[in-house]
Amino acid sequence: MLSDKDRIFTNLYGAHDWHLAGARARGAWDNTKAILDKGPDGIIDEMKKSGLRGRGGAGFPTGLKWSFMPKEVKDRPHYLIVNADESEPGTCKDRDILRHDPHLFIEGCLVAGFAMRANAGYIYVRGEFYNEAQNLIAAVREAYEAGLLGKNACGSGWDFDLYVHRGAGAYICGEETALLESLEGKKGMPRLKPPFPAGSGLYGCPSTVNNVESIAVAPTILRRGAAWFAGIGRPNNTGTKLFCISGHVNKPCNVEEEMGIPLHELIDRHAGGVRGGWDNLLAVIPGGASVPLLPKSICDTVLMDFDSLRDQRSGLGTAAVIVMDKSTDIVKAIARLSYFYKHESCGQCTPCREGTGWMWRVMERMVTGNARLEEIDALEDVTKQVEGHTICALGDAAAWPIQGLIRHFRPEMERRIRVRTEKLAAE
Amino acid sequence: MAMITADPKDVPHVGHFAFTPENLAKAHGWISHYPAGRQASAVIAVLDLAQRQQGWLPRVAMDEVAKLLDMAPIRVYEIATFYTMFQLKPRGKYLLQVCTTTPCWLRGSEAVMKACQHAADGETFSVQEVECLGGCVNAPVVQINDDFYEDLDETSINKVLDAFRRGETPKPGPQVDRQTSAPIGGATTLRSE
Repeated sequence: MLSDKDRIFTNLYGAHDWHLAGARARGAWDNTKAILDKGPDGIIDEMKKSGLRGRGGAGFPTGLKWSFMPKEVKDRPHYLIVNADESEPGTCKDRDILRHDPHLFIEGCLVAGFAMRANAGYIYVRGEFYNEAQNLIAAVREAYEAGLLGKNACGSGWDFDLYVHRGAGAYICGEETALLESLEGKKGMPRLKPPFPAGSGLYGCPSTVNNVESIAVAPTILRRGAAWFAGIGRPNNTGTKLFCISGHVNKPCNVEEEMGIPLHELIDRHAGGVRGGWDNLLAVIPGGASVPLLPKSICDTVLMDFDSLRDQRSGLGTAAVIVMDKSTDIVKAIARLSYFYKHESCGQCTPCREGTGWMWRVMERMVTGNARLEEIDALEDVTKQVEGHTICALGDAAAWPIQGLIRHFRPEMERRIRVRTEKLAAE
Repeated sequence: MAMITADPKDVPHVGHFAFTPENLAKAHGWISHYPAGRQASAVIAVLDLAQRQQGWLPRVAMDEVAKLLDMAPIRVYEIATFYTMFQLKPRGKYLLQVCTTTPCWLRGSEAVMKACQHAADGETFSVQEVECLGGCVNAPVVQINDDFYEDLDETSINKVLDAFRRGETPKPGPQVDRQTSAPIGGATTLRSE
């Protein structure tokens, strides 16, 4: 188990003061100038050595992402964009950073912005997080007043402006290019890549979009050293991670733990165990709604990190653990996610716009068994026709939960169809 | 994908909309966050101001936003219909946004939704089903205007609604005894201080 001295988010639950004075007492903004004195390349090198992989879901190495920005600022300014459009079902970790540890995060914005030679940064906060955005706005103001942001930020000689931008309710804006469109005042419709944001992002300028947690851990990594962070977790899956444990557990909670902690231990130690005991477990969605579920047999031993979960054909995603006990109507649980993706599809690509609605309607019939057995194959076939055939990953995200259901719970889907068919035949 | 029109038929006629001087100043504050010529970036923020002032977004308010930001009106209608937080019809004093996505559903959002639907009279309360609000470890969650009410069940949501009816503002956050997103009964970490 991770010890408290290795935890980065020491005010995760808001038990202490989130304002500047409180944050400073916990170590935020401690000699930030020394970090900036390493220079952009020094910072990026250290981030690469730490092994930090992006905490927004895809797990792309953060240091490497920063290094894609042009090495010098030419005719177009550089931008840091932070994705605080946290909307992946099951996920509520960035919310705690924004409302309880905003200064740690703002310091990360300065460091990341400096490393990618940006003089301005925008934080895109989902519109529903009104109070969280107010805390963040107040904290940004405090940082300006203390000379930590703005001209000659932290006495580093670097100018850095940071703005909070609120969204207005659209899951799709968590996709990085949709977020950029939304920031420009348009509908959140994803862009084709290439060009990638590091070449042409916000207003056509070099930009990098990072998740809140990835940015917020950066100052602590740079203060304590890459070796410290890399020493936690497992190779290629290093560091600490915020987990959100929801659903059928006795004590749902957010918690910062070591990457690679066994799922069983995570749930038992922090979330008070599965409702009715571990043997009452049916399935877990380990990384937010988009990743395929895992049946209990896999949950018994699986480790919570990128590679372990990928090996089980699922994913760490946002590390949002949705627990379902044996009382769960598992087909309905996934059908509700299908409705979510149908609701949130931006409508730009035909496979997604039409496919998410089609898949949801078939899933609703699967809930009651109002289908023919061969339609399970047809459903799986359609998920594969949506997956990989859209501009952004929302199509994939809509397909994977259904694929996971069919992979692990096909007998239950078939049972429902048989029961209904037999019942109709008897009448 | 939601099927919403910027010009619904069954709404009261609003002939004129103008920002209050205070809101106009706030709008210019938002515009100043973006580079020159990029004022359209402020469209969500300025529409939000209009909605807070009027209670909802009539067509004339969208037109006023378009004028202020030098955008074609259609570009503003697109925004107002794309993002779910914009209300294109008048609503009750308190908007109950009930999350029913799987993490909330697993913990009983159906009963909470029923209670909210029962309370919705269109004047004091309006109800809207919403997708994941991002408070999943405090499920079920209902957002009432700007605040999240968490860890609800049928009894506690009714208590919250009763308090609003009496003109009070009940305390947002968990409606059970717990510190924000920490486990009930106390945190398992961060106890060294």
